Amino acid sequence: MAGKSILKPILKIAAVCAALVLFFLLLWWGQEHWDAYAVRILNLCGIYIAITLGLNLCNGFTGQFSLGIAGFMAVGAYTTALLTMAPEIKQAVYFIEPLIYPLNSIQWGFFPALLMAAVVSGIVGFLVGAPAIRFRGDYLAITTLGFAEIIRVVFTNIVPITNGALGLKGIPPHTDLVWSWGFALICIAIMARLMKSSFGRALKAIRDDEIAAEAMGVNLFSHKCLAFVLSAMMAGVGGGLLGNLITTIDPNMFRFPLTFTVLMMAVLGGLGSITGTVISAVLVTVAMEALRALEEPRVIFGLALPGIPGMRMVVFSIALMIVILFFPKGFMGDREISLDRAKRFATRLCRTNTSRQG
Amino acid sequence: MTVEILLQNIANGITLGSLYALLAIGYTMVYGILGLINFAHGEIFMVSTYFAFYGTAVFALPWQVAFVLAIVLTALLGVVIERAAYRPLRDAPRISVLISAIGVSFLMANLGLVIFGGRPKTFYRPPIFQTPIELGGVKVVALFFVIPLLTAILLVILNYIVYRTKTGLAMRAAQWDFDTARLMGVDVDRAISITFAIGSALAAVGGIMWGLRFAEINPNMGLFPGLKCFIAAVFGGIGNISGAVLGGFILGFGEIMLVALLPGLAGYRDAFAFIVLILILLVRPTGLLGDKQRVKI
Repeated sequence: MAGKSILKPILKIAAVCAALVLFFLLLWWGQEHWDAYAVRILNLCGIYIAITLGLNLCNGFTGQFSLGIAGFMAVGAYTTALLTMAPEIKQAVYFIEPLIYPLNSIQWGFFPALLMAAVVSGIVGFLVGAPAIRFRGDYLAITTLGFAEIIRVVFTNIVPITNGALGLKGIPPHTDLVWSWGFALICIAIMARLMKSSFGRALKAIRDDEIAAEAMGVNLFSHKCLAFVLSAMMAGVGGGLLGNLITTIDPNMFRFPLTFTVLMMAVLGGLGSITGTVISAVLVTVAMEALRALEEPRVIFGLALPGIPGMRMVVFSIALMIVILFFPKGFMGDREISLDRAKRFATRLCRTNTSRQG
Repeated sequence: MTVEILLQNIANGITLGSLYALLAIGYTMVYGILGLINFAHGEIFMVSTYFAFYGTAVFALPWQVAFVLAIVLTALLGVVIERAAYRPLRDAPRISVLISAIGVSFLMANLGLVIFGGRPKTFYRPPIFQTPIELGGVKVVALFFVIPLLTAILLVILNYIVYRTKTGLAMRAAQWDFDTARLMGVDVDRAISITFAIGSALAAVGGIMWGLRFAEINPNMGLFPGLKCFIAAVFGGIGNISGAVLGGFILGFGEIMLVALLPGLAGYRDAFAFIVLILILLVRPTGLLGDKQRVKI
């Protein structure tokens, strides 16, 4: 008995490691052998999983409704892009005003650049969050939206650093399936651990009743602030991965519609569910691409249908409205799918079957 | 800066301030009664300009008829939005209603893109508003007088409705407390519908005058003026109509003057409103004319 109880967790860890190694080997192989379009969509899925989890940490688990995610993505994307671009390319891109000194001559590897993106967006997240989280509900929403808009306007105007409205071109395409899904898995693991810790429970307590949580000894400021900063960091690294996937960024990419897309993923999946977020981020990303068909002219049964620009977002807005009006908790609510639950579900199914037979 | 340019900027500031004020009233009235940022208000404003555009340019109605029709249709649109997207969520958590409002806003902006097309349209401007008037050596078009004047008249009418009529009393009672108002025989749903109708009608007036002033309309024009006007409403003290007007004027004037006096910062014009908002909320969360609010446990 004693040997079994030691062996079991070791076996479990080994199984998880083996599964991870296999998964990454598959991704690494797939990056070369799968269809380039499919790889690109899968990359986007991984990135959006991470960013949506970040938004959900703040909006869903902590109940602090923030609309600033696009701003943090912009910070991360610009940081990573500026650090990974080759000096010669920078010289060519910054033809209006040259890039300021230390940035114009350095080129970092992708990993340190992403770490730096996490640090910078975390710092910006703290600077935004510390004053903003004093507000509640709609006021927090409008303040964070305001901050995101300020970040965008600043990025449009500090030409010697960001190249202004022209944006950056020729960012090295470092992001591949291992990077994007690796980061998604790290975020999933962080969130899963976090939600089982006392910190995570404190966040949920804040969501359910701030005053009661404070009375129980939860430090509102530090908890909310940390959730906000973590969320900003996930968005920042996600933005960095996104920039190095699509290789061009400009300030107008990071407007409110981007926040809306991420928010929609979180709401559809259920604010407060990790598995819901993952499923919904993948579904929405794939649907975004699939529904491009609506915007392109095509012939169906001999009927020439003109493409309707903007139709995609109409479909998504309607989906969001239906979910919020009829299934306000999204399709997962705050429940999770886990192995234990699946096992319990399976045993219950077996038991009902046997009892029926008997 | 010469005196003429300064006077011209003041005229610009007053006009933009009037437009912001008209929009801000809609935000403040809805927030006062429902406690909700009506994200869709900016899109209501956008759609109103298209109603007027289609009336004049496509159906070739006389502009007086087209504009009145546009205002009525927009008021109806506001009522329909409230009924479809906000009323079913009356007892839901506030965040759900906020998400619903964001959803409506997005739906309308994108439907606008699908139906009206993404290319900006030229708004019909009746020549009567373009008559030049000379005043103290400065030449301005009549529109610069029409906009503030019309705003003032509408404010007087609004004040009369809210403070002198039974409907206004019902609206103010509902703003205070739904349940108590119901016990006093107030039809709360009707009061809310009327609030949306009035707010949307004012947004339509603002939208039409926006079209007369700037001549170009597009489906994305709603979001940012909308957000700025919400900020104006917060600035003045949310829920307070005179506050919204004051906030609208300060914001409109401030934006014009920022660009006029500090041209180097002109690129930051769109951030100005948000910076003002954050500063105000930090220093005086209830706005200039707002009441102190306490959270009851």
